[in-house]
Formats: sequence, structure tokens, C-alpha cells
Amino acid sequence: MIINLTQMQPGEAGIVREIQGGQGFVRKLQSMGVRPEKKITKVSSHFRRGPQTIEVDNIQIAVGFGMAKRILVEVAR
Amino acid sequence: MNNIEKILLVGNPNVGKSAIFSRLTGAKVIISNYPGTTVEFTQGKLKLGEETALIVDVPGTYTLEPTCKAEDVACRMVKEGGVAINIVDATNLERNLHLTLQLLEDDIPVIVALNMWDDTKHRGISIDVKKLEEQLGVPVVPTCGLSGEGIKELIERLPQAKARSLPVSSDAQKWEKIGKIVEEVQKLTHRHHTLLEILEDLSIKPLTGLPIALGIIYCAFWVVRFIGEGLIGHIFEPLFTKLWLPLLMKLSTLLGEGSFLHHILIGNLIEGKIDFSQSFGLLTTGLYVPIAMVLPYILSFYLILGLLEDFGYLPRLAVLMDNFMHHLGLHGYAIIPFILGLGCKVPGVLATRILEERREKFIAATLLAIGVPCMAQIAMIVGLVGQRGGKYVVLIFLILFLLLIIKGLVLNRFLKGTSPEILVEIPPYRIPQVTAVTKKLWMRLSGFLKEALPLVLLGVLFVNILYTLKIIDFFAYIFAPVLTNLWGLPKEAISALIVGFLRKDVAVGMLGPLNLTTKQLVIGSTILSLYFPCIATYMVLIREIGIKDTLRSTIIMLVVALGVGILLNSIL
Repeated sequence: MIINLTQMQPGEAGIVREIQGGQGFVRKLQSMGVRPEKKITKVSSHFRRGPQTIEVDNIQIAVGFGMAKRILVEVAR
Repeated sequence: MNNIEKILLVGNPNVGKSAIFSRLTGAKVIISNYPGTTVEFTQGKLKLGEETALIVDVPGTYTLEPTCKAEDVACRMVKEGGVAINIVDATNLERNLHLTLQLLEDDIPVIVALNMWDDTKHRGISIDVKKLEEQLGVPVVPTCGLSGEGIKELIERLPQAKARSLPVSSDAQKWEKIGKIVEEVQKLTHRHHTLLEILEDLSIKPLTGLPIALGIIYCAFWVVRFIGEGLIGHIFEPLFTKLWLPLLMKLSTLLGEGSFLHHILIGNLIEGKIDFSQSFGLLTTGLYVPIAMVLPYILSFYLILGLLEDFGYLPRLAVLMDNFMHHLGLHGYAIIPFILGLGCKVPGVLATRILEERREKFIAATLLAIGVPCMAQIAMIVGLVGQRGGKYVVLIFLILFLLLIIKGLVLNRFLKGTSPEILVEIPPYRIPQVTAVTKKLWMRLSGFLKEALPLVLLGVLFVNILYTLKIIDFFAYIFAPVLTNLWGLPKEAISALIVGFLRKDVAVGMLGPLNLTTKQLVIGSTILSLYFPCIATYMVLIREIGIKDTLRSTIIMLVVALGVGILLNSIL
């Protein structure tokens, strides 16, 4: 099923399917390694709509909550 | 290609450009383990046989189409031409190659440095360098900036750098191409999680991360204090009282109290003796304040900061603080300028370049300029107010911290727009290397001695001249209504406010000889932190956020200082 990044559980892995947003945002994420067809793993999620940290290609990235909602991920549930 | 005139070091953030720069030029630059350490380009020289080439450390960028100020600097530099050494993080080949392909589409000659090569081994990554070279069509040299491995080969092969001028492709095409290249040249083997990686995870998960953050901040605070106090009590204080004082007493007798030179060099004798914190001569207080009171704390602060920076802790703190910082109109990464500002506000304000938008830069710079005391000032407040009891020191910092939050809340509420969200790479933990930490500490200390010490001496000289010419009396007379009626300070305190434009440490020190009550001392120290940053900070502020925003910021400073002074005077 496809959910957004904020709905993933810590430790859960999934495949990025879509990034919604302006070109600048999509570009920046892409160049940090987050783009469709990539496998990402959620590391942690901070309280009260805080940043979401994910791991992609051995590197951790912190993504703000609002941004994370626009990253759609397919997970096996 | 024969004559290389300009070499650009281009790469993603935190891939070790500054370490390579430092290796190539022998120049001393600040290197840390977090993205955005270099926000301004740094230049150096490299000897290539007979010729000398200009070499530029370009701020890290993910793309040649800029999304923030630091990236904008990078893009402009690349357009100006030269030879590009593309620094690539070997542990992150795929992502880094995107910028490489963009460079290859430009007409700039490129050579690739496959940096952090030593890290690939224990991360279970193996890269076929020869194949990568074939795929890219430009030289590829494995390097390790921190140890210096591969730097010689990099220089030797520099003339082989080639401009590919590949046809411009879309992002999607580039990623597809990169996918193929990586599949061809890189092999990953499974490996077990190391202790550091377990620690990485623990310190980024909120349930364990927050206690760890509190623990680290608490420990850092006590270690800074312990080392600072230890250095003062065991080294600097004895040095001044046992060695320097007897010499000065002889000089004092020689010059004769009351002479002009005695006044300038030694200052006033307190009950017939030199008092290092009250005499206010160039050789007495002028040296004592920067060296025996401030330097020890600068040393201990930058030692701990350097360790935290190189370990890679700061970006994690930024993520943990993100929620809180949003209330102030900033995102978590803005914590980095604040932490640097605790050392000195000049690098602090410069670091606001890592923030994307004008609004958040303005908020960060304003809060930094008037809400965050620098280490020179902190040391003096601890030294001076601490004599009246530690709780008063705590009170001052509590007031400043509360004000910082209130100012942030107010600015966030009334400035149009919202705070952008954090999007940052979190570097892996690395064990700090002794030589790297010592080198950085030395650079920062010598920076303090070269830039701050002369200003302190100038400040002391300036005050003495103003006193001699009775100019202080004139200002004291004019500002007496504000100082005495509103803030409850003696009108002579104006001298501290005047010197505060130049140096905060001397300014706080000048409150010493005024025989203030504890309440007055608390009010005076607080106002000195609020009304205006020192001139060096102010100049950087103008450069970074522009005159208009600086003026807006100045108005906030003056209003806050006036209001807080009145408030404290009536409630304390």
C-alpha cells in the first residue's frame, strides 16, 4: 500500500513512489538521494509533528513534517 | 591543457572539501563534520611546478542551480571558469555523481577526487576506480583529505583534467545514467552495525535522543567551566599575580603615580596597589581581561565545540531542537549559528547563510546579535558577577534566555511568512582526530589573540583618553536621565556602554570599578548584552542581511534594552 512518509513506522522500509511539490523541493530531495524507486528506511519520528529522519544509501536525512507528508512511499503491510 | 590558473574545489556539502583544500594549500581553514561549515569561499595558492595556481574552496552544493546563498556562491564560482576538482564522497557515490554529471555537461575541465576513501573499507563498499574513470571519461583519484592519502597523485594528474561538454540531459536521464554507472563500478558487502552506528540511531530517536542531548549539553557546560576555572586558578591568575605584578609595581614606581604614562599604562592605583580588574591601564587590566579572564574560557569552549563538531553531533541536536525552534520562526538547523555565536558572534552571523530565506535569516541574525552573549562576555560576567554569588550569574543568563525566546516568539508572530522546514543530511559519527581538533583550536585561539586582543587594548586606551579629556563626563551628563532614572545605574556607567560598541569583555569589566550594588551589576551586565552587538558583529550583520534589515534589527535592540532595563530596575 502507498502511504506518506509520516505514516511509516520507525524501522519500516519502503520504496519511494512519488514526491509531490515544487521543482526546487523535488530536485533538492533527489540530489540528497530521495527519489522514486529508491528504498528508504524510516529511522525516527519526532514528537508533535516534528522532523522525520530516514536512511537512504547509508545516509541519514532529516525531513520536516510537512515535507515528509509529500513523500509517498510504498510499503508491504 | 598547460596553464592552470584557477582550481575550484566543487562538491556536495560535507564531503571533505575543506580538508582537501587545507592539504593542497597548507592553509588553515575550519573543518567540521557537518554540512555547511564553509559558507564563504576561501582562497589559497598551490604551486604547480613553475606556476602558482589560485585554488578556491567553494561552499558545498547539491546542484549548479542554487537554492540558498551558500549554493549561489558555489554556482557563480563555477560559471567563472577554471579547473574543477570535483570532490566526491566515496561512501555515497550515487548521490554525489549527480553534481559530477552536471559539471561534465559544463565546459569546465574536471578531475574527480574520490574522497573519504578510507571510510569505504569498513563500510563494506568497494569501488572499481578504473571502471569509474572509463565511465566518466575524466581522471578519478581516490583520496583521504584527513590523512593526506592520494593528494600527491591528485596534484600530479591535475593537468589531465578534461572538459567533456556532454549534451545537456534532464534530471531523470542523469539518474538513470548514474544508476548504470554505480551498478557497474560499486559492490556492497553486508556488514554488522558498529557501536558508533548504534549510537547514531540512539541519539536521533526522540525517546533516547532527548536525554542524550540534555546529558551532552550538561556535560559540555561543566567541562567548559571546569577547564576554564582550572586554567585561571592554576595558570593564568598565578602568572599575573606572582610574575607580572611585581614587574608592574616597579614600573609604577618608576613612572610615578599621576603621570600621564602611568595613567595610560598602569592606570589608577587602588589603595596604593595595582588591582588587575580595577586599575584600567593598558598593561594591567588591558592584558588581564583578555588573557587571564577571557582566554581560558575561549580555550575550553572551543575545545569542546571542536570535539562536538568533528564527532558530528551538532546536526542531531538540530533535528531534536527543530520543534522548539519553529516557535521562534526558525528551523532546527538554525541552532548551529547560535552555538557558534556562543563562541563569537562574527562566525555565528556568517553561519546564518545556511538558512534559506530572508525572514529566517533576519530572525536568526537579530536573535543572535542581541540575545546570545559571546564567550568573552560570558567569561567576564562569570568573573565579575560570580564574585557576588553564582545565583546572580544564573539569573542574568536566565533573563537573556527568556528574552531570546520572547523575542523569537514575537518576531515569528509579527513578521509575514512562516518558518521553512528542515531538510538536512545527518553525517555519520566520526571519532575526532587529535591533530585536527588541536589545529582547529589553535586557529580559533590565534584568531582571538590577533583580532580581539588589539581591540581590547584599543578599548582600554580609548576609555583612558576619553576620561582624560573629560568626554566621558559630557556623555554621562547627557545620558544621566536614562541611566539613573530609568535603569537605576550611576551615570558613570555610560563609559561601559560606550566601550561596549568596541568590545563586550572590556565593557563588562568597566562595571567593576564603579562600586555597583549587586542589583545594578545584574542590570548593567544584562543591558550590555542587549543594547548593541560589538562593532565587528555589526559590520558582518550589515554585510549579511543588508542595511535595511540591520537598521530594523537595531531598533529592536534599542527598544528591548531600554524596556528590559526599566523592567529589571522596577522588579529586582
